[in-house]
Amino acid sequence: MAETLDKDLEAKALRKRFGSHTAVDALSFSVKRGSFFSILGPSGCGKTTLLRMIAGFIEPDSGDLDIGGRSMRGVPPNRRPVNMVFQQLALFPMMSVGENVGYGLARRGVPRAERDRKAEAMLERVGLPGSSRKRVDELSGGQRQRVAIARSLVLEPTLLLLDEPLGALDLKLRERMKIELKQLQAAFGTTFVYITHDQSEALVLSDQVAVMNNGRFEQVGTPQQLYYSPETPFVAGFVGANNRIDGRVSAIHGDCVEVTTAEGWTVRAQRHGAVAAGDAATAFVRPEVAVLGRSLDELALPAEAPVHQGIVESLLFDGANSAVLLRESRTHAEFRVALPQTGRFADLKVDETVIFSFAPERAVCFADAARHG
Amino acid sequence: MAETRTRASHYLLLWLLLAPAVLWLFGLIVLPHVDLALLSFRERTGPGEYALGLEQYRTFFAEPLYWDVFVRTALISLIATALTLLLAFPIAWTIAKLTRGRLSALLFAVCLIPFWVSETVRTLGWMILLRETGVLPGLLVSLGLTEAPIEMLYHDATILVGLVYTSLLFMVVPLYGSLESLDDSLIEAAYDLGGNGWTVLRTVVIPHALPGITAGCIVVFMLTLGNYLTASLLGGKNSLWFTEQIYTQFITRFNWEQGAAFGFLLLALSSAMVWLGLRLSGQKFSDVMSRT
Repeated sequence: MAETLDKDLEAKALRKRFGSHTAVDALSFSVKRGSFFSILGPSGCGKTTLLRMIAGFIEPDSGDLDIGGRSMRGVPPNRRPVNMVFQQLALFPMMSVGENVGYGLARRGVPRAERDRKAEAMLERVGLPGSSRKRVDELSGGQRQRVAIARSLVLEPTLLLLDEPLGALDLKLRERMKIELKQLQAAFGTTFVYITHDQSEALVLSDQVAVMNNGRFEQVGTPQQLYYSPETPFVAGFVGANNRIDGRVSAIHGDCVEVTTAEGWTVRAQRHGAVAAGDAATAFVRPEVAVLGRSLDELALPAEAPVHQGIVESLLFDGANSAVLLRESRTHAEFRVALPQTGRFADLKVDETVIFSFAPERAVCFADAARHG
Repeated sequence: MAETRTRASHYLLLWLLLAPAVLWLFGLIVLPHVDLALLSFRERTGPGEYALGLEQYRTFFAEPLYWDVFVRTALISLIATALTLLLAFPIAWTIAKLTRGRLSALLFAVCLIPFWVSETVRTLGWMILLRETGVLPGLLVSLGLTEAPIEMLYHDATILVGLVYTSLLFMVVPLYGSLESLDDSLIEAAYDLGGNGWTVLRTVVIPHALPGITAGCIVVFMLTLGNYLTASLLGGKNSLWFTEQIYTQFITRFNWEQGAAFGFLLLALSSAMVWLGLRLSGQKFSDVMSRT
């Protein structure tokens, strides 16, 4: 009992089909009370369908959904202890900010005076004191976002669902709202279920992230687990930047395997799951795992470390996220390496020949069959 | 120099383009109205002798029949407008929100099809259906619901049926426009925050659709108030419709002065009702007109 009390949301073999397309495929998961849970996936992976099932706008074909320990089968959206922040926010333009925030309270029959007081108090908590008389279109994008959240949180829902609410904002504001959202969630302690296709949003905001693909969860874990120990090739490719090297397993040394591409480039990586010699396999190497140098002495690598040679194809300067795109000298395979912050490679030129290396234990390799299993 | 010339030619072009509309407006609407206004303030003092005066308007207020018909026409038009709104709203909602693509185009076409037939023929169709020897009374007799065929024409209800039928499209179109522009997520958000069908309609849908509702109501009210054919065919000679009074004054009695005064009273009535409607719904005339 104590275990179920600790969960605000529990899905049991939830399934939804649209015609021949399975949008959500026998999904079971639970979300801990008070946590920030993100569902991350590309468009069309079923995350919106899942969110709308939780909100009650779509009825699942089979399976069950418990919110706050209560089954939600047959409970319409207006009776669920769940509120949603819509993608386009869906603030009511015909009402003032205060009326928007008080809307749900009015539907519960809360008298006007108390409603106004609560709405004003909630607006103050989200940093918009004294704006209840304003019209919705007088607010900036970020302020509207806060009104949308206030409108839901004033009802003290068990769960707050957020449907890519940052998608419509410009980049600078999005970065700021990310931080604000995280602080709001921490301040209110409400369980947030957040869907997004933006991996950076999911990583920055969440306690737990579920990576969704083709109606299933590929992996559920903390942002760190997803980033550092992806369990499937999809997660490795989707979360964070990664160099993807497709080839066949040419040698196995314990947990370390050698993958050779069709063009004949061999890299070493840590295997994940069963891998046999001769298997088609994919290795993933993060750009920041590789080190770049102009000479072997400069790199000061351990003796047995593999060293690769590449030609600079293009420089991708982006401040702290700067990287360089290389072509491996012999096979012309593309490889991305993050540039160190020291400015040591500020004078790097296109077509310059460099060497690069990465520790095999920090790269990961999956047998290709794993992609379908 | 060159700039002033292009500006001048720009204005010339503008006026040329507007010319047909301006001529039409001036020749067929402004001029006759000025003439009618002058007519309505004319009193006959002797054979072929006229003087300026308020005699025609005095007659209207002195003779209870005219006043009663006037009020009756306004009331029936209001009822017809309300009924049209009630009937058109679900239709517009279905086309705008519940159907997509071809089906909604088809539904629109179904609303439009009756207008391919002239109003006279359409109204005669109603007469074929409703007259004593017509389809519907005959059906009621053969079903055993009535012993003898009932005359269904020449009742107020019949006039209402005809007016609502004629006006429906003019209500559906502006309603469709305003409902179409309502973001579905607003409706979902209202449900999500605890609203039910009625409260969502009252707090979100109707406030959003209000310009369209007002526009539709104004158009339909004006159309029914000025309707002559439907009222006189379905209501018969004694339908006591105000446009019929105007017709009688002009055509039967050759009392153009009285007819002109009635015409202006009707114009004043419809303007007053439109003003009142806008005031009550808190809409601006320009906003509403951009919706029609």
